Amino acid sequence: MPILSKEEAQAILKKVLSYSKADECEVSLNGSEGGNIRYALNAVSTAGDISTMGLAVTSVYGKKAGTATIDEFDDAALERVVRRSEELAQLAPPNPEYMPILGPQTFAESITYNANTAAITPESRAEMVAKSLSVTKEAKLTAAGFLENSSGFSSIMNSKGLFAYNKGSDVTFSVTTRNEEGTASGYAARGFTDVSKLDTFSATKVAAGKATGSVGAKAIEPGKYTVILEPVAATYMLENMFRFDARSAEEGRSFLSKKGGGTRLGEQLVDEKVTIYSDPFNTELPSATWGGDGLPREKTMWIDKGVLKNLSYSRYWADKKGVKPLPGPTNIIMEGGDATIEDMIKSTEKGILVSRLWYIRMVDPQSLLLTGLTRDGLFYIENGKIKFPIKNFRFNESPVIMLNNVEALGKTERSISVESYRSYLIPPMKIKEFTFTSLSDAV
Amino acid sequence: MRRRDFIYLSGLGASAMLLPDLKAFGKTVDVQQLLDGGIDVKAKKELADVALNMAKSKGASYADIRIGRYLNQFVITRENKVLNVANTESFGVGIRVIVNGCWGFAAGNVVTKDGVAKTAERAVAVAKANAKVGGAPVQLAPQKGYGEVSWKTPIEKNAFEVPIKDKVDLLLNANSIAMQGGANFVNSNLFAVNEQKYFASTDGSYIDQDVHRIYPAFNVTKIDSSQGSFETRRSLSSPVGMGYEYLTPLDNEKVTGVTTRYKKRYDMIEDIKAAAQQAGDKIKAKSVDPGKYDMVLDPSHLWLTIHESVGHPTELDRVLGYEANFAGTSFLTLDKWKSGNFNFGSKQVNIMADKTQVGSLGAVGYDDEGVKCKKWDLIKDGILVNYQAIRDQAHIIGLKESQGCCYSQSWQDVQFQRMPNVSLQPGKTPLSVDDMIKNVEKGIYIIGDGSFSIDQQRYNFQFGGQLFYEIKDGKIVGMLNDVAYQANTREFWNSCAQVCDEKDYRLGGAFNDGKGQPSQSSAVSHGSSTALFKGVNVINTKRKIG
Repeated sequence: MPILSKEEAQAILKKVLSYSKADECEVSLNGSEGGNIRYALNAVSTAGDISTMGLAVTSVYGKKAGTATIDEFDDAALERVVRRSEELAQLAPPNPEYMPILGPQTFAESITYNANTAAITPESRAEMVAKSLSVTKEAKLTAAGFLENSSGFSSIMNSKGLFAYNKGSDVTFSVTTRNEEGTASGYAARGFTDVSKLDTFSATKVAAGKATGSVGAKAIEPGKYTVILEPVAATYMLENMFRFDARSAEEGRSFLSKKGGGTRLGEQLVDEKVTIYSDPFNTELPSATWGGDGLPREKTMWIDKGVLKNLSYSRYWADKKGVKPLPGPTNIIMEGGDATIEDMIKSTEKGILVSRLWYIRMVDPQSLLLTGLTRDGLFYIENGKIKFPIKNFRFNESPVIMLNNVEALGKTERSISVESYRSYLIPPMKIKEFTFTSLSDAV
Repeated sequence: MRRRDFIYLSGLGASAMLLPDLKAFGKTVDVQQLLDGGIDVKAKKELADVALNMAKSKGASYADIRIGRYLNQFVITRENKVLNVANTESFGVGIRVIVNGCWGFAAGNVVTKDGVAKTAERAVAVAKANAKVGGAPVQLAPQKGYGEVSWKTPIEKNAFEVPIKDKVDLLLNANSIAMQGGANFVNSNLFAVNEQKYFASTDGSYIDQDVHRIYPAFNVTKIDSSQGSFETRRSLSSPVGMGYEYLTPLDNEKVTGVTTRYKKRYDMIEDIKAAAQQAGDKIKAKSVDPGKYDMVLDPSHLWLTIHESVGHPTELDRVLGYEANFAGTSFLTLDKWKSGNFNFGSKQVNIMADKTQVGSLGAVGYDDEGVKCKKWDLIKDGILVNYQAIRDQAHIIGLKESQGCCYSQSWQDVQFQRMPNVSLQPGKTPLSVDDMIKNVEKGIYIIGDGSFSIDQQRYNFQFGGQLFYEIKDGKIVGMLNDVAYQANTREFWNSCAQVCDEKDYRLGGAFNDGKGQPSQSSAVSHGSSTALFKGVNVINTKRKIG
C-alpha cells in the first residue's frame, strides 16, 4: 500500500525517531503509485504500472550529516537504518553550509490530492487512449501520444518536533498527429490534478486541426517577427527564467545580477503587463504547502507589473545575509489579460502564430539567451488573418527580452512544459520583435 | 506526475536539495552497502524462473525479467566546501511480457518469489488491457538462449572501493587551484555508477552483468562585476565506461596543443589550472564577427554534434514514428536507406555503431533484451547503410537478428531502443591537427562542448563550445567569444573535408542522453579525431538585457 494516510505515516516516523541518538535527526517517508501508456503509429507501444515506497533517515552530529534509506518497515529494519545513518554521519566531512533543523511549523492542508486520479487503472488509461485514436483514425492521421498518472504521499518528521505530510495526484497527456505523407504535424498537451477534467478526444481534435491546417507549408525568410505564442509554446520558453535565486544573483552570475554588483531586485525587469507569482492554493494548479527545508510555502509575488519583487533565499544564504529565508517557486502563475487568440490575430498586421516550441537550450546565461525551434503548427498572419502555414524556424531569443516586448496577453490556462512535464498557469501572449535566425526543414 | 514533479511539488529532504534529481537514482545508502555483492546469481535465477513461469501460465507468449541493483555515488563540492556525498541504491525487478501480440510491463521493489510473481501478473494484465486497443502484433526477431553467462566492464580500480576522503581531497585540491588561479567560483563533482543487472527470458538466457561508469567534472566561473559580465569554462573530461583509474594521469594519454586534452586518462588538476586562466581570457576575448568560417572541431566538441546529428536520426524507432510525440522522427526515412545511394556526407565520413568499444559508456556484453553486443557501419564512405534496431524492429529492415540496442535506465522503466556508441572513424591518411590548421585561411577551432539544439527530424542544428580560437592564414591568432554555428545536418557532413588520423582519436560522451516517455537517461560515447568542415555559418550570441 504505497499511499499511507497522515496517521499511518506519523506512526512510522515517530517510531523511527525513537531510535535516534544523534544531535539531530530527520526522517522522510514517501510513496507513490501510478502508471503510463504510450502509443505510436495508432497502436499502444509500451505501458507500465509502478509502485514504490521508501524511508530515509538523516542523522547529524554538529555539521556532519549522514543519510541512509530502507524499504522494509519492521521494527528491526527501522532501528538498523537509524544506526547506519548515525555511523555515516560520524564518517562524513562537515558541511559548513549545514543549517540546524527547524522546530514545529504550522502548515495548511493542501488541495493537491484527487481521488479520481488516484483511481486510474490500466483499463481506464487504455480507454482514454482509444478515444484519442478514434479522432486520428477518422481524420486519416497517425497518432503518437503519452498518458501518465501518479498519486503519492510525502512526509517528514524531525527530532525537534516538526511534522509535515502531503498527498498529491497528477495526470498528463500529450499527443502528436501527423499526416501519412509526413508533411504536416499537430500537437496538444494537457495536465490536471483531477483526471475527470481530461478530455483526450477534444485534445486530439485540436492536434488534428493543427496537422490538417499545416499541409502545404511555405518557406518565408527568418528575421524579427511579431509572434503569438500559444500557452504550450510560451510555457516552455518561460520555464527557463523561473529561477529567482538570490545567491547566484548576488554572486554576480545570473541574469538577475546588476552591472557594478548587487541584484536587479526592485527594478523594472519586464513590461508592466507581466505579473508572476506562486500560490499553493490555486485551485487549477495546487501545490504542497511545505518543502524539504521544513518551511511553509505561501503565496509569493515574484514579478509585479514588471517589477522584480522578490528573490528566493535558502536558509543558509538568508542566515549569511541576515534576511528572512524565502523558498523558491512552488508553482508558477502568470496573470493574463482579456484578449482571445482570435483577437490577437485580428490585431496583427504581419506576424506568426506559434503552436509549440522544441529543444530549447541555454546559449548565454548572462542574457538568458535561448535557442530552439518551432514545431507542430506555424502559421503566417497578414492583415488580421491566418494566411498560410509556414515552415519551421530556429530562434535565438531571451525570455527577458521577450517579456519586455509584450503587446497583449490572453486568458491564463493550465499548460505543461513539453520537456519537464511540469504544469504552469500561463496565458497566450503576443510579442513583438521575436528573433528567428534560420529555417528548418523539419515537420 | 513524473518523479521530479512530485519532488518539486511536495518537497524533498534537506540533503537532497543540493541534488534535485537525486531520487531519480534511487534511495541513499552507506558506502559499505555499495560494496555488498547483492543477492547471489542462484537466488536471482530462482526468482527469474518464478516470474517467467507465472507470465507463461497467465498466457504470455514471451517474457523477460530484469533484476537490477543500480548504485550511484555523488561527491559534490564548491570552492572549499563539500556540499554533499550521496550513495544511492535502487533495487527491484522489471518484467516485460507479450500477451495477445501486445507488450505489457510492470515493476516493483518487492524482490521475493511472491513479489515477482505478482509483478508478472500485473505485467500480463497491462498487456491484456492494451491488446484491446488493437494494432499490429509484436514481431520479435529470433534470439537463441545463451544459458547462464556473465560480463563485467574491464576496470582496474572499482570507484566504489576508493575512500570518500580521497575523492573529496582530489576535488577540494582542484577547487583551491582554480581559486588561486583567479576563479571567483568553482563547482566540482564526481559521479560513479555501477549497474548490477540480471536478465532472464523465456528464450533460455540467464545473463549476469556488472557495468561500471565514472564522470569527474568541474565548472569554473570568472566574474567581471564592473561590466556585469561572467564567463565559465567547464572541464574537458569525459564520462567513461571505466573505473577510478581514469583519474590517474598518464602523459601518453594527453594531447598537447593550444590547451591539453585527454584520452583514456584525465588530469583534473592540470585541466582546472588551465580553466581558471581561460575563463578570464574568455571575458577579454574578441566577440566573433558572424559569417562563414571553416570549422576545426576537436573530439571534445565533435562528439556532441555526432550524437545529435548522426546518432539520433539513425535510431530506427525514430525513423518509424515511435518517438513522434516527444523526441521526434528522422529525416533518414526508410526510402533513403533502401535507395542504397543516399549521400549523408562526404567520402571522408565513415561512421560506425559499436557496443563493444573498451572504455566507452555504451559497452556491455549483452543488451537489456538478452542480445550479444556487436559493431556495424551506419554511414559508409558518406552513404547511409544501416540503422540501430532492437528485436521487435529487426524484421522491418530485413535483419534476421537484433543489433543489440535495447536499454533501460533502471529496473522500474521499460527497456527500448537506445543509441549504441556512434563514432566517426579516423582518416586513413596521416594528418595531424597542426597540419590541418595550416591549410585553413579563415576559420574557428572549437574545443569542448557547449550549448546544443536540433530540430525533431534532425535537419537544423546549433552548437556552442567551451573554447573558441580564431584561425587566420593557417595560424591560431587569438581567442574568440559568443560563437555558435548553425547548419543543416546533410550540408554539414558533406562539408567535411578532412579527418585527422587515428593518433588524435578520442571519446567524448554523455551520462544522460534523454529519450522516451516517461523520459529515460542512457550513457553513450562518441569517438572521433579532429575534423575540418568548410564554410559553416557562424552567429554571434551576445545580447543585452536591462
